[in-house]
Amino acid sequence: MLELRNIRFDVDDDAGHVDILKDVSFSIAKNRFVVITGPNGGGKSTIAKIIAGVRMPSGGQILFNGQDITALNITERARLGISYALQQPVRFKGIQVIDLLRIASGKDLTPAACCDYLARVGLCARDYINREINASLSGGELKRIEIATVLARGSLLSVFDEPEAGIDLWSFQSLIRVFEDMRATIKDSSILVISHQERILEIADEIIVVADGRIREMGPRKEILPHLIGTPEAVTSCEKIQERG
Amino acid sequence: MDTIQKRILEEVADLHEVPEGAYNIRANGQSAGRRSTANIEITPKPEGNGIDVRIKPGTKRESVHIPVVLSESGLKETVYNDFYIGEDSDVVIVAGCGIHNCGSQDSQHDGIHRFFVGKNARVRYVEKHYGEGDGTGKRLLNPGTEVYMEENSVAEMEMVQIRGVDSTERVTTAELAAGAKLIVKERLMTHGSQTAVSLYKVNLNGAGANADVVSRSVARDDSYQKFDACISGNAPCHGHTECDSIIMDHGRILAVPSLEANHVDAELIHEAAIGKIAGEQLIKLMTLGLTEAEAEEQIINGFLR
Repeated sequence: MLELRNIRFDVDDDAGHVDILKDVSFSIAKNRFVVITGPNGGGKSTIAKIIAGVRMPSGGQILFNGQDITALNITERARLGISYALQQPVRFKGIQVIDLLRIASGKDLTPAACCDYLARVGLCARDYINREINASLSGGELKRIEIATVLARGSLLSVFDEPEAGIDLWSFQSLIRVFEDMRATIKDSSILVISHQERILEIADEIIVVADGRIREMGPRKEILPHLIGTPEAVTSCEKIQERG
Repeated sequence: MDTIQKRILEEVADLHEVPEGAYNIRANGQSAGRRSTANIEITPKPEGNGIDVRIKPGTKRESVHIPVVLSESGLKETVYNDFYIGEDSDVVIVAGCGIHNCGSQDSQHDGIHRFFVGKNARVRYVEKHYGEGDGTGKRLLNPGTEVYMEENSVAEMEMVQIRGVDSTERVTTAELAAGAKLIVKERLMTHGSQTAVSLYKVNLNGAGANADVVSRSVARDDSYQKFDACISGNAPCHGHTECDSIIMDHGRILAVPSLEANHVDAELIHEAAIGKIAGEQLIKLMTLGLTEAEAEEQIINGFLR
């Protein structure tokens, strides 16, 4: 479904020339749940941005369902079926939750249909549908709305950059249910998640470890996860809270 | 009325037909229709340059529509409308002015509205300005609004000017007695080489008076805007003014919020922010499948809502 070939990304800034991605190649087949982990600053978020078209690679090629999309912009990739949930959700003034869900779905969704998406991320539509997506919402609420917009798009490939960040641990299980639900309902779809969370790594089909702008290792979960347990690449959430949740 | 006038009426007052309740429609300097009701009396001023609207005390859930349409090029008028809103009443007043100018001469409407809001009365005032027409003549609107609020009255004012007006200078003044509450929501968009100036002077004169003046504006192309809001606290009171603007292209905006406290228990706050559309907002909407231009439109529509 998605293939990255020899992707490089470098920038010139005040600090001089920086190679953020040196040579990244991997592919994601259909019906896969893939997790990218690795140390902070290793280039994980840049990979997500390059897939979505937010960043253009300095070299290499990106293919989506056999089509070369390297030169396509964000909109064109979105229309082909790539969704991207940002690590830091964006705030707007005046735009309401219902507006964003309607834009995401491309349909004039009824409040009842919006309710369905919001319920799946643990938000009550009655309280949220007409809320503005502004500073009055907490980081966790924004993050869940961000995930709901990806649900409303129903894309072939959905990329989530640290979806658990800022979400309280209570909803961890719900987040995993959201992924399972997406896989069950969108035919042949795949999900790419950037995360350090052991509980998300545990449900991966495949794991890619990115460090220092390169892929350190990748493969089926069974092979990769044992190397990661106990390292910062697979952190556990608080056990006491887990037991309660 | 002809079809142009009807369409403009729809733009400024959402009116397709004759409105419910009391109304006065002014078209090209003439009265094009007027109706009083049992509780709301509309009478023309003897000089013929405006109307008096008298709302009986205790009138509830009634509305007054007073749209103005100018479709003749070169027409210039100044109109004085006075509203006497009786004690304990609760009404909606919908004003609005639309100019269609396809000629070479300037068309101008200066509407001076005075509101006398009685004790415990509540009024919602909605005003929409709109201009169109491809002539070289300018479309000018200079509204003046004076609000005199008695004890514990409430006035909510929504003033919107989204497109087509070449030049506007809007002056709003308000005097608030004890317990009175004024809420102003201004929405403004300028484009081309338009200029818009909006001045507010609000005096909080009685204990517990409260004013909230919020302006959101978008300046595109080569347009210029000035927002100048001063709230004076002359008693124990609360005042808040906010100017939040999006600047695009070669637009220019001057925001001058000011506060004057003449009493130790006056609590006054002002906020002002000007900036272009955040790149991350565009990116977010583009990841949902919108083009950059569509994303921009959604952001502006939301902002000016």
